[in-house]
Amino acid sequence: MDKNVKIEIRNITKIFGKNPQKVLSFLKEGLSKKEIFEKTKQTVGLNNVSFEVYEGEIFVIMGLSGSGKSTLLRCINRLIKPTGGQILIDGQDIVTMNPEELRRVRRVKLGMVFQNFALLSHRNVLDNVAYGLEIQGISKDERHNKAIKAIENVGLKGHEESKITQLSGGMKQRVGIARALANDPDILLMDEAFSALDPLIRNEMQEELLALENRMQKTIIFVSHDLDEALKLGDRIALMKDGEVVQIGTPEEILTEPANSYVSRFVAGVDRSKILTAESVMKRPEPLVSINSGPRVAIQLMKDYGISSIYVVEGKNRHLKGILMISGALEALRSGKNLEAAMFLEAPRVAPDRSLNEVIPLIAESQYPLAVVNDSGKLLGIIVRGTVLGALAIAGENGQNEASKERNPEKKTSEEKTLEERNVSGKTFEGKPAEKTVLIGKNEGEAGPPSKSSGVPNAQNTIINNGIDSESVPINNRTDIESVPINNRTNIEPVPAELTAKESLGSDSGQEPEVKTC
Amino acid sequence: MLTFRLPVGDTVELAVDWTEANFGPLLDIISKQLDFLISSLKNALLFLPPELFIAGIFLLAYFVGKRNIKLAAGTAIGFFLIENMGLWTLSMETLALVLSSTLLALIIGIPLGILSAKNTTLSRILKPALDFMQTMPSFVYLIPALIFFGLGNVPSMIATVVFAMPPAIRLTNLGIRQVPKELIEVADAFGSTSWQKLSKVELPVALPTIMAGVNQCIMLSLSMVVIAAMIGARGLGYQVLLGIQRVDIGMGFEAGLSIVIIAVFLDRITQNLSPR
Repeated sequence: MDKNVKIEIRNITKIFGKNPQKVLSFLKEGLSKKEIFEKTKQTVGLNNVSFEVYEGEIFVIMGLSGSGKSTLLRCINRLIKPTGGQILIDGQDIVTMNPEELRRVRRVKLGMVFQNFALLSHRNVLDNVAYGLEIQGISKDERHNKAIKAIENVGLKGHEESKITQLSGGMKQRVGIARALANDPDILLMDEAFSALDPLIRNEMQEELLALENRMQKTIIFVSHDLDEALKLGDRIALMKDGEVVQIGTPEEILTEPANSYVSRFVAGVDRSKILTAESVMKRPEPLVSINSGPRVAIQLMKDYGISSIYVVEGKNRHLKGILMISGALEALRSGKNLEAAMFLEAPRVAPDRSLNEVIPLIAESQYPLAVVNDSGKLLGIIVRGTVLGALAIAGENGQNEASKERNPEKKTSEEKTLEERNVSGKTFEGKPAEKTVLIGKNEGEAGPPSKSSGVPNAQNTIINNGIDSESVPINNRTDIESVPINNRTNIEPVPAELTAKESLGSDSGQEPEVKTC
Repeated sequence: MLTFRLPVGDTVELAVDWTEANFGPLLDIISKQLDFLISSLKNALLFLPPELFIAGIFLLAYFVGKRNIKLAAGTAIGFFLIENMGLWTLSMETLALVLSSTLLALIIGIPLGILSAKNTTLSRILKPALDFMQTMPSFVYLIPALIFFGLGNVPSMIATVVFAMPPAIRLTNLGIRQVPKELIEVADAFGSTSWQKLSKVELPVALPTIMAGVNQCIMLSLSMVVIAAMIGARGLGYQVLLGIQRVDIGMGFEAGLSIVIIAVFLDRITQNLSPR
């Protein structure tokens, strides 16, 4: 992403009350919002908020009602004048502007979309959308042309002459968005823009906003109290509480590295299946069998791993060819066919960027593991039921794990430490301290695509030599459908030392399975 | 309780006398202007023969009343009845007085309403004044009006304006204050000037409430114009007064019925002018 700073917010403070200076001095002394209210009857709306918004990103300001998020948004176009601090838009401080300059910036650079649509019901759709142009004194023809384009842009073509009262909620907000776009501003301020819509329409509007953002590349500041919405829309999210920013980060950072217990409580209820992707829950695709191998190799691998199906790949790029069942392999062995003839070509597969809630139905229907395959057909990893459940459970247990860590610090075994080290090298979505990700985190760490595991570029390509690894079968791979959730919940149990040792060995050895024979 | 009497009445009398003595010439000028306004309007209304006027009023009611044929027909029949009772000229005089009083009340009242919506101090000052104006028995206004402007249409008009103006101020103030905050934010967020905000957002959104004030203003004007016959207002009110003095029930009823017809007509027209 282009990292040009578009809006810079520096130490913004807003006091609602008659004597803000007094409150400012209390704030410096470190009094809480509540204490200040009891003493002075004045409310601290925003306390020393600073952040930057980059050009072209969707920046979500999230928080519960009363957290100051709407106040903050209104400070950016100075519908509310901050008590102190600076807000630089393209380097110009909007806080100190005179009315004339302020009007110009509002007309040219800032568009705003409101929660309850805030349309002028005495005007039709076209004149509502043209409002911002009309007050700039733009001629009727020109402003109507621009307004018609904006209306087309939000998918309301043909409704130009409709009355506002004839429109549904979703259509009204489209008009609201078109009105904000008609001026062609650089920045869109959206105040709970979809909160008044019913869930289906809200979802649709969110998708369309993302599509719109793709086309137009505006800088969008979106205020929301809905975490799912924030996670879906936001390139970055600022979580606010009591007029202060608690954490700023990408949706993944907010979910996986909550800055404090407030954030982890806030994110506790989130539907992770929407956020996690196939890529982030898949595990290392092993064992694999080369398409050039004979059925005997495949059978031996399946036997060693205690599994009944195996993915068949071709070449070093692990181009997915199909899936081979144990019955097919035995049949092939008897009749002397090669693997290509015995395998199923229609292996269930999914793209790495699919969200987990799209993956779940697929894996529920399929009796085989799900192959995660990129555009060029390379097998990146596999997803079994256990990994999905484990990922959801782990992500949901952040808070509890933190507590258990404090209670049992001495239980951190050497095995876990080893795993922790391994985790560092394979940075993943689940990039949490190792105690939380004992088994699954490890697998995922190595199953990720090459770009994500900078430390050990060859790790994913490594497929463990079955001769060495045979004893680790019950815990490793396919059979961990059962073992994963259990291990996750009772993760203070030491992992067998041999597993750790072999896993490390496997990662470093770099042997290719395609070349081995029985 | 107190051993002496507080000179409330005397003070008011003094103030009125002082105003009369010091602003006499100014009051004369105002009087002439207003008289001109009323008589021009009256002449304009009487310019058309009744048949044409009724035809015009039928069309007006039809189109303003969103093509409601019943309203149009009722209006035409009502005005035909007035003509038939021989009260046409008197009715037009009353209508002229009502319309010019309402016009003046709105010219003063609506801007005052807007200002008091913008300025809380002004609205705090205006509130008791408006309460006073509305609760003081309307007859009382006749006395200072009589002193300042003598007998005739002009003092009647002044008394009527004072009596009819409060709802226009109040409802304009209310209408603008009730404009949703988000709409004000829209106006500001898109960079409107204060005038653009007022003319393109606040007034249009407040229009239904303001129109309710206009309607109230007209109705109060009409009721006051009848009472103002006591200080020389011409028209139907005078006819009612004559009916009382002569104990002529028929005469009083016919004049009263004409007032009702005009009132209903004005009410329906203004209600239909208002959006929604």
